[in-house]
Amino acid sequence: MQTELAKAINLLRDLCAQFNAIHIDPLEKKWITISLMVIGLLVGIITLDAFFHGVNPPSKVETIDSASLHLSKEFAEENLGVQVDGKGVVTIRMVAGRYSFFPKHIDVPAETPLTFRWVSMDVLHGVHIPMTNMSTMIVPGYVAQVSTTFPKPGEYPLLCNEYCGLGHNHMWSNISVIAKEDWKAPVKSPASGEQK
Amino acid sequence: MNGAATKKLALSHLWVAFAAFIVACFMGEYQVLERSGFIPALDSAPVYFASVSTHGVLMAFVLTIFFIMGFGYTIATASLKQPVWNMPLAWGGFWLALVGVVLAAVPLLTGKASVLYTFYPPIVAHAAFYIGATLLVVGSWVWCAIMLVMFSQWKTANPGQTVPLAMFATAANAMLWLWTSAGVALEVLFQLIPLSLGWIDTVDPGLARTLFAWTLHPIVYFWLIPAYTAFYVFVPKQAGGYLFSDEMARIAFIVLAVFALPIGFHHLYMDPEQASGWKLLHGIGTFVVALPTLVTGFTVIASLEIAGRLRGGKGLFGWILTLPWTNTMVLSVILALLMLIFGGFGGIVNASYAMNAMIHNTAWVPGHFHLIFGGTTIIMYFAIAYYLWPLLIGKALFSNTMAVTQLWLWFIGMAILTTPWHVLGLLGQPRRISSVVYNNLLTLAWKPYEFMMIFGGLILLGSACLFIYNLVKTQLNPTPEAVAGEIEFAEPIHAVTALPEYLNGLKLWNKVIAVLMAVSFGYPILQFFFMKTFGSSAWGY
Repeated sequence: MQTELAKAINLLRDLCAQFNAIHIDPLEKKWITISLMVIGLLVGIITLDAFFHGVNPPSKVETIDSASLHLSKEFAEENLGVQVDGKGVVTIRMVAGRYSFFPKHIDVPAETPLTFRWVSMDVLHGVHIPMTNMSTMIVPGYVAQVSTTFPKPGEYPLLCNEYCGLGHNHMWSNISVIAKEDWKAPVKSPASGEQK
Repeated sequence: MNGAATKKLALSHLWVAFAAFIVACFMGEYQVLERSGFIPALDSAPVYFASVSTHGVLMAFVLTIFFIMGFGYTIATASLKQPVWNMPLAWGGFWLALVGVVLAAVPLLTGKASVLYTFYPPIVAHAAFYIGATLLVVGSWVWCAIMLVMFSQWKTANPGQTVPLAMFATAANAMLWLWTSAGVALEVLFQLIPLSLGWIDTVDPGLARTLFAWTLHPIVYFWLIPAYTAFYVFVPKQAGGYLFSDEMARIAFIVLAVFALPIGFHHLYMDPEQASGWKLLHGIGTFVVALPTLVTGFTVIASLEIAGRLRGGKGLFGWILTLPWTNTMVLSVILALLMLIFGGFGGIVNASYAMNAMIHNTAWVPGHFHLIFGGTTIIMYFAIAYYLWPLLIGKALFSNTMAVTQLWLWFIGMAILTTPWHVLGLLGQPRRISSVVYNNLLTLAWKPYEFMMIFGGLILLGSACLFIYNLVKTQLNPTPEAVAGEIEFAEPIHAVTALPEYLNGLKLWNKVIAVLMAVSFGYPILQFFFMKTFGSSAWGY
C-alpha cells in the first residue's frame, strides 16, 4: 500500500518536473494566471453562495409514480393548488399534463417564501414564470420542488418550456401574485399527503 | 496527402456533410418564418416539429460527424505522411454512417420522428430513427479506430519523435468522441430502441436524461476541435507568421478533451433527478473547461500579432490592419473569435449554476448555441473547406471574392439572428414553440425580435447558398487554374525540442478521463438502481 502511494507521489513529482521543463512564454504564464484567477473568482462566488446562502437549483431527488397521481394522497385533485399549514408555510402543488398546468389559475402572496411542488402526469415538461427565478424541469417519475419568493405583485404567465408534443405551445396558464396584505389563505384543510 | 484515393474518401465525407448543411439551412429559415406567425398559411405544428427535428439532426449529427471524419482523414494522411490505414474499413464506416442517415431521414421527414434531436423520452419516435442514428454513430466509431491506429502506428515507427500537432488534436478528438458517444449509446441501446420496439414497457426518463447529459456537453467540443485545430495549424501560416506556442496548443487540447467529459450536468441544473452537490461539482468543472478556450484565444491572437508585425504592422493595434483580411482562413478566425467572445459570455451565464434559472429552456439557449456552433465552429468549417477544396480536387477556388463576401454575410447574419434570440430569452420566451398563442401582454414585446430573426436567417441562407455554389463551381470548372499544392502546417516560433511523453500521447489522459467519469457519473447513474423509481410508458406526440 505504502509503496503504491510512494509510486503515485513519484509519478506526480515526475509529471510536475516535466511540466516545469516545457517552454511557456512569460506573457502566456501571466495570461494563464489571470484566467485562473477569474475562473477561481466565479467558482468561488457560486460555491460560497451554494454553501452559505443555500442558492441552489431545484434538486430534491424524490420519486413518485406519475401513472397513478390521482391515487396518491398528495397530488389527488382536492389537494392541488395553494395550501397553508399551521405554521403559515405556503406550499403549492401543481400537476403538469398535456397541455396545461393544473389548477389553471392560482393566487399567491408576494414577498412570501413559497414552495412549489411540480409533478408530471405524462411526459417531460418544463415550467418557468418569466421575469422570476421560478423555473424547473418536470420529469415524469420525480417531484420537482422549487422554493422562491416573488417580490412584485402582478399577473404572470406560467409557460411550458420543454417540447412535450405537437400542442406544446398551447401549454400555459396564469398565476396572480397578490400584495401580501391583500392575500387571503384559501379555506382548505392542509394537505394530509405524505411529504418526505 | 497521399494520392487520389484519400482525396476521394475525404471529398465524399465532406460533400455528405455540406449537403446535409444546405438542406438544414432552408429548414432553419422556414422555422423562423413559421414561428413568427407573419404568414398564417405556413402555420402547422406537425410540419414545424418535423422540420426542427430534422434541422437539429442534420446540423448536429450529420454535418458534424461527416465533416470531422473527412477532415480527420485529410489531416492524418497529410501530417503523418502515410496512407489511410485500412481503406476498405474507412469506406465501410462511410457507407454504414450514410445508410444510418437515410434510415433516420425517412421517419424524420414523414413526421414519424418529431422528437427533436435530443430524443427526450418517454416521447417515442419510430424505431428506424433510433436505429439509423445508431448506425451513424457506429460508422463514426470506425473513423475513431482508424485515427487511433494511425496515431499509434506512427508513434511506433518514429520513437521519441513529436507527433505533429494537427494529428495530436485529431487523435484527441477521436478519443473524446468514443467517450462522449458512449452515454447516448447506452440510452439508445438499452432504453429507446427497446421501448420503441415494444420489448420493454417503461423507461426511467431521469436515467435517460442523465445518460444524455453525459454526451450533451462533450459533443460540442467534438464539433469544436476541428475549428481549434485550424486555429493552431492553418491560421498562423495563412496569416504569414508562426504559431506562438506548440506546447500550449497541446495542453489546451488535452484539457479540452479531459474536462469536456465529466461536466454534463450543467444541462440538468433545473432537473429534479440529480442532487445539488453533483450539479455543483459539474458546474465547477464547466468553468475549468473555459481555461483551454482562454489559452487558445491568447495563442491565436499572439500568432496573428506575430504575422501582422512581420507584415509591417506598427503600434499597439497597427498589426491588425496589416493582416491579410481577404485570406478566407484569416478572416474566418477573426470573425470566429468575435463570435466566441459574445457566445462565451452567454455560456458563462448558462454555466452559472443558480443563475441558469433565468434563461433555462428559454430562447436564450438556442441563441447561444447558434452563435457558438453555427457561428464560431461552422465559419471555421467554411474556412477549412475553402482551404482544402483546391488541394483535394486540384483546381483553384472558383471565386475568392465570393468566399470573402460569404464569410462576412455569415457573420452579419448570425449577429442579426442571435442577438434578438438572446433578448427573447430574457423576455421569457420558451424555446421550441411552433407559434405564440399565450394570451398575455408580454408576448407583444416579442414581435419585433421575431421579425429581426427572419431577416438574419435570410442573410444566413443566402450566405450558405453562396458557399455551396462556390464549391460546386470549383469542382465543375472546365477551365481551371491548376493547383498542385500540399497542406501547409504552421511552424511554431520556438521549435519543439523535447516533449514529455504525456504531451505526446493519450494513454495517461484516457486513464484520467476514466477516473473523472467514474467520480462524476458513477453514483449519479447508480442511484437509479438503488432507489425506488417509477418508469414511464411510451407516449406519442
